[in-house]
Amino acid sequence: MSNSRTESPLVRWLLIGIALFYLGLFIFMPLFIVFSTALEKGIAFYFQSLGDPDTIAAIKLTLITALIAVPLNLIFGIAASWAIAKFDFHGKNLLLTLIDVPLSISPVISGFIFVLLFGLQGVFGHWLRAHDIRIIFAPTAIIIATIFVTFPMVARELIPVMKAQGSDEEEAAITLGASGWKTFWYVTLPNIKWGLLYGVILCNARAMGEFGAVSVVSGHIRGFTNTLPLQIEILYNDYDFTAAFAAASLLAFLALFTLVIKSLVEFRYQAELEAVHKNKAH
Amino acid sequence: MSIEVSNIVKTFGSFKALDGVSLSVETGELIALLGPSGSGKTTLLRIIAGLETADSGEILFYGEDARDKKIKDRQVGFVFQHYALFRHMTVFDNIAFGLRVKPKHIRPSEDKIKAKVNELLHLIQLDWVGSRYPSQLSGGQRQRIALARALAIEPKVLLLDEPFGSLDAQVRKELRQWLRRFHDDLHITSLFVTHDQEEALEVADRIVVMNKGKVEQVGTPQEVYHKPASVFVLNFLGNVNIFKSRMVDGKLANLYIRPHQFDIARKPQGDNAIKANIKYLNPAGSSVKIDLLSESGNPLQVEIPQQLFVQLQLVKGEDVFVCPKDITFCEYEI
Repeated sequence: MSNSRTESPLVRWLLIGIALFYLGLFIFMPLFIVFSTALEKGIAFYFQSLGDPDTIAAIKLTLITALIAVPLNLIFGIAASWAIAKFDFHGKNLLLTLIDVPLSISPVISGFIFVLLFGLQGVFGHWLRAHDIRIIFAPTAIIIATIFVTFPMVARELIPVMKAQGSDEEEAAITLGASGWKTFWYVTLPNIKWGLLYGVILCNARAMGEFGAVSVVSGHIRGFTNTLPLQIEILYNDYDFTAAFAAASLLAFLALFTLVIKSLVEFRYQAELEAVHKNKAH
Repeated sequence: MSIEVSNIVKTFGSFKALDGVSLSVETGELIALLGPSGSGKTTLLRIIAGLETADSGEILFYGEDARDKKIKDRQVGFVFQHYALFRHMTVFDNIAFGLRVKPKHIRPSEDKIKAKVNELLHLIQLDWVGSRYPSQLSGGQRQRIALARALAIEPKVLLLDEPFGSLDAQVRKELRQWLRRFHDDLHITSLFVTHDQEEALEVADRIVVMNKGKVEQVGTPQEVYHKPASVFVLNFLGNVNIFKSRMVDGKLANLYIRPHQFDIARKPQGDNAIKANIKYLNPAGSSVKIDLLSESGNPLQVEIPQQLFVQLQLVKGEDVFVCPKDITFCEYEI
């Protein structure tokens, strides 16, 4: 903090100016355009376009997808980070690398993998057709693709927290007679809650906003396999700009909401991490 | 006999942490597991607690095989080096934890828990910290809370892993005297791990000296200090001077003599007197520590009482004669 005082006012204002210009150009202006275009035909039209059955179906599918993907990835994230942070086993580094896979490959390719697996010509295609199960071009594929793309989000947040905390407190709880479940519930969970919440928020934002992977497996069937981001693209391609931006404003609201929650949680999460370091210092 | 450990072996990968360790602990004893890092003392403690499992060997708790018992059925209290207090709970909730997680049919009422916790807080002389969080307390206070938390479940055995390891020197000294008095009052069978020989000598009823996964010696502080069973114990428990000497039977031997086992004089006294030059004097302390260099070029460490130092008026750089009064240990060369 004190360092900033050594810079001349000119340099300071120049730096702040550049930062603000960038933010304005790439965040505030697009946000403003999203909302102004969405509302250009009036508030009544705005709600009318959001009330379109296909858009409502897209919102529903998006919510259902997030509602399934987020809790599953929450459980997976806790299990994986617990295993990685508290146990030593062969293949630990491999597991760590595998967790990062969805982040390091293009979402389009993630989607394509599922087409190759579950598509009609895919590995399981014949068996699925024989049993009359449809995965690709159906909501199931969208949910699977979303789970795949978002599964690192919780684990990646939790691993550093759990590693830093070690297993001393858990061991203490066990020697005091607590069962495994009680140890998790009363000792581990309270210690990781902010990190966990942070991971869940990121996971949710990604799950609702995912485009690439979902686009490949969806088939774009209106009112059936379109999530909100896909619906926006369709409306835009139909030159229905106001409706497209109205739908986009929902995602923008989600982003703003996420941002606010994220900064609140980040504040607590930092305190959690600092408390860990403080405890370690002694 | 409260704990009987026999032939415990434990390996981590290719590292043999414990190599056939046997030990018996009497009820009410305070025992120190003393050794350098990597000697297996903490591993042994964790195996007794049930936090690790031995590869082979037997552990009996009051005559019963403990290997089939779960940690919570062993009735041990464990105190961790870094306290391992639950950071998100108040001190009160920390101490109450062991009582609150008991199965419903044996769990005491909240009133009884409250009474018990207050009693423990009083016992550790920290009545006023119940509503605080661990991060608001000093290291010494936290360690006492950790002890109270372990005692809340009324364990039959108390296990302490380097309990004073992360405290500064002053607090360490206070706390170990406190632990000694505390043990004298409660008489709970206790084992504590330490790498600090001074701590072990001062606090323990008996000391188990460990090295490289084996027990070197078990004995009272006097025994291990004055009658060490091996050169390792001898070296580990204090400074020692080594002399090569030909014995009366003609064999070569290493003689080990502790710094306080010398006399110093300005004139040679007896045949064994060694002429040496004073290189360094440290008169701060209950005795005066003197570093010397013998005529033959060997460094020597000698400790003499303050009284003798004042009487002789020794100064740095002068030549004196040192004469061994006693020998701690004699090792024949093979």
